[in-house]
Amino acid sequence: MNERFLDNSLFRNIYCYMAGDSQGCVSHGYDSGFLPSGWEWVAFAITAFVIANLFIQGALGGVLALIWGERRILARFQNRVGPNRWGPLGSLTSVADAVKTMFKEDIVPDQADRFLFNLAPIVMVIPVLMVFAVIPIGIGTVVADINIGLLFVIAITSASGLAIAMAAWASANRIAIFSGLRAVALLVSYEIPMALSLLGVLMITGTLSMTGTIEAQHVPFIIVQPLGFLVFFLAALAEMSRTPFDLTEAESELAAGHLNDYSSMKFGVLFLAEWAATIAGAAIITTVFLSGWRGWEPIPSHIWFVAKLVGVLFLIIWIRATWPRLRIDQVLAIAWKGLFELTLINLVVTAILTAAMSDREADGSLFSAGELWIMAAVNWAVFFPSIWLIGKLLAAKPYDESKGDALPEYPVATEEASLEGVAD
Amino acid sequence: MTVKTEPISINLGPQHPSTHGVFRFRVTFDGEEIIDVEPIFGYLHRGSEKLAEERTYQQVVTLTDRMDYVSSMLSNQAYMLAVEKLCGIEPSPRGVWLRMIAGELQRIASHLVAVGFLLQDLGSWGTPLTYVMRERESILSMFEMLCGARITNSYLRPGGVFMDAPDEFWPTLHSFLEELPHRIDELENYLTGNEIIFARTKGVAVLPPDVAVNASITGPMLRASGVDWDLRHRDPYDFYDQVEFERPLHTAGDNFARYWVRMEEMRECIKIIRQCAQKIEPGPVRPSHDEVPFLVRPPAGDAYGAIEGSKGELGFYLVSDGGISPYRCHVRAPSLINLTLLREMLIGTLMGDLFVSFGSIDLNMGEVDR
Repeated sequence: MNERFLDNSLFRNIYCYMAGDSQGCVSHGYDSGFLPSGWEWVAFAITAFVIANLFIQGALGGVLALIWGERRILARFQNRVGPNRWGPLGSLTSVADAVKTMFKEDIVPDQADRFLFNLAPIVMVIPVLMVFAVIPIGIGTVVADINIGLLFVIAITSASGLAIAMAAWASANRIAIFSGLRAVALLVSYEIPMALSLLGVLMITGTLSMTGTIEAQHVPFIIVQPLGFLVFFLAALAEMSRTPFDLTEAESELAAGHLNDYSSMKFGVLFLAEWAATIAGAAIITTVFLSGWRGWEPIPSHIWFVAKLVGVLFLIIWIRATWPRLRIDQVLAIAWKGLFELTLINLVVTAILTAAMSDREADGSLFSAGELWIMAAVNWAVFFPSIWLIGKLLAAKPYDESKGDALPEYPVATEEASLEGVAD
Repeated sequence: MTVKTEPISINLGPQHPSTHGVFRFRVTFDGEEIIDVEPIFGYLHRGSEKLAEERTYQQVVTLTDRMDYVSSMLSNQAYMLAVEKLCGIEPSPRGVWLRMIAGELQRIASHLVAVGFLLQDLGSWGTPLTYVMRERESILSMFEMLCGARITNSYLRPGGVFMDAPDEFWPTLHSFLEELPHRIDELENYLTGNEIIFARTKGVAVLPPDVAVNASITGPMLRASGVDWDLRHRDPYDFYDQVEFERPLHTAGDNFARYWVRMEEMRECIKIIRQCAQKIEPGPVRPSHDEVPFLVRPPAGDAYGAIEGSKGELGFYLVSDGGISPYRCHVRAPSLINLTLLREMLIGTLMGDLFVSFGSIDLNMGEVDR
């Protein structure tokens, strides 16, 4: 039963420490473990528990750290100090908030659909945590190195839209329903460019496995696939509902959107899932486009991964601190009129390049570093003209810039001027 | 298959993060599109006009502070203009120059707040707001030097101001005027060239000039529609006929024009303050108590004093029966009157434009409800 997990070094190192004299561990070169033979199921259970806890607690701890980091960084951008009371540099503020949230009264509105209302936070948080299962955070440190990793990620991240729609509908709040409808619209629109932008990566790597994707990145794919990166990054921002696509939780329009009627830990879980989704999105970007844990030798692979992840998160926070929000029609127009075309250009160019250099390398990968650099050069040559072209197509209508030309005389009130509804 | 759809009616406010106080909309949406808006206000009504009938002319100044609390100096100025007309007081020149300086500083502060909150409504998470608040902070510190208060100033008195500016005020003012154009440039670098702000504000909630004039819209909102109407120029009060300034105009009449006009007006305010600081001469800041007693007792009659406030024409109509307090006090509040076209502006726009257009009017609920 346990043998097929032994290829996973994270599992093997914990399992074989306890049950080292089982057959699989011996063949992997482990000495005897401290559990007697016949107790392998205990070792398996403990290992599974430890790994699951490691990743879930890691994700949740990451959320607390991200909330603190975002508050501090935003404060710096905004000429403020930020939280600085609880713990050094205010690092325990998120913990204090979590404790406060737990002790709030848990209210379910009378009109709410109680079952769906309670289900929505669960539906929101589970897929996000499942994403972390396939992300390699270091050499051999991955919970499940499944061979359809990218497909799994794309499939499972779309559940957040369902959860938001569910929360919105179940709380029977009209403002929340706006949020739910927007979430579905964003999901339907941005799922397509998101998946298509990964197709270019897929053609180069020839595998859906996350570890395989990292191993194929002799050159980080942000350099090889600039269009793919741009589209995926924007689509991921929309999926995570971050600025400038934060329409589902548009504070100045919808107050808190689908979170309006949630309180106590249900609110906490929804909120946590949203931030965990941000980390998950950043982790996917790190893995697929920034070559994941690859780096230079003396520094361990885990440090490289975390450093790149923090870089992506900082970029996301920077965008939040700087840009206003787009309107719903503009957001959808960008997805269908802009990003979709960009991914098609990217696909065609990448397809031609992969067909032209399709010989398999000696180390088993499809393309060597040299070939990737050639691809990068071509892709960057395509990048700027296509961005310019799409920008021209998407640009707003010409606008009358006649500042300072006053009307010759101030207009006299006329019969034609609409007085309907004026100062009834 | 046909899907049955129906409009959805939503109540937004008075408890809502971006209603600029306690304003309430009852909006009917067709999907995301607004098909009807019903503005409901009165949640901040404190009966200031009625309270004014119970107070002496001097005490009413404190009520005017609390009407438009982001530009209380200008409210003081409009009220005092009406009182001086009513009593026939000739104000001291130094006091008038001082109140012009204070008023223009207050106009800058008010426009800064308007621009900052407009961007807040656009969804830029607090960053422009904190930047404009930094500039407003230095203006409020100067007010503190002038009169000891930062928000509710009560600086003006019949015939002048409460007291002369302290010596340290003038170097502070000078360095602030040196600094501010760079700050405005910084803000414009950040905002005016931003593609998202263009896309969100241009061509949205257009207000044609003839409709605006019909509804007696005034202030930056009217000038953004291309109508050259500024009381400082058309009907100069105080010493505004002795200073030179431009009146920024934009013909588009949309949200961007309203934003742009405010940004440019701040630069004109700097020019005006510089000229005032040059022309001011030593002297008493208000007439002695022999000429204007503490309890002014105007003759029976009425007077209307109006200034170009930061939001539009701010006027006070006072009726006196010869007693120590006004028989009737009425305020022409620009916030309230600029609000009348809200429904016309909003119908046909999307939900995302609702609060942006509302913010671009730059109203203050304290002044709307009084």
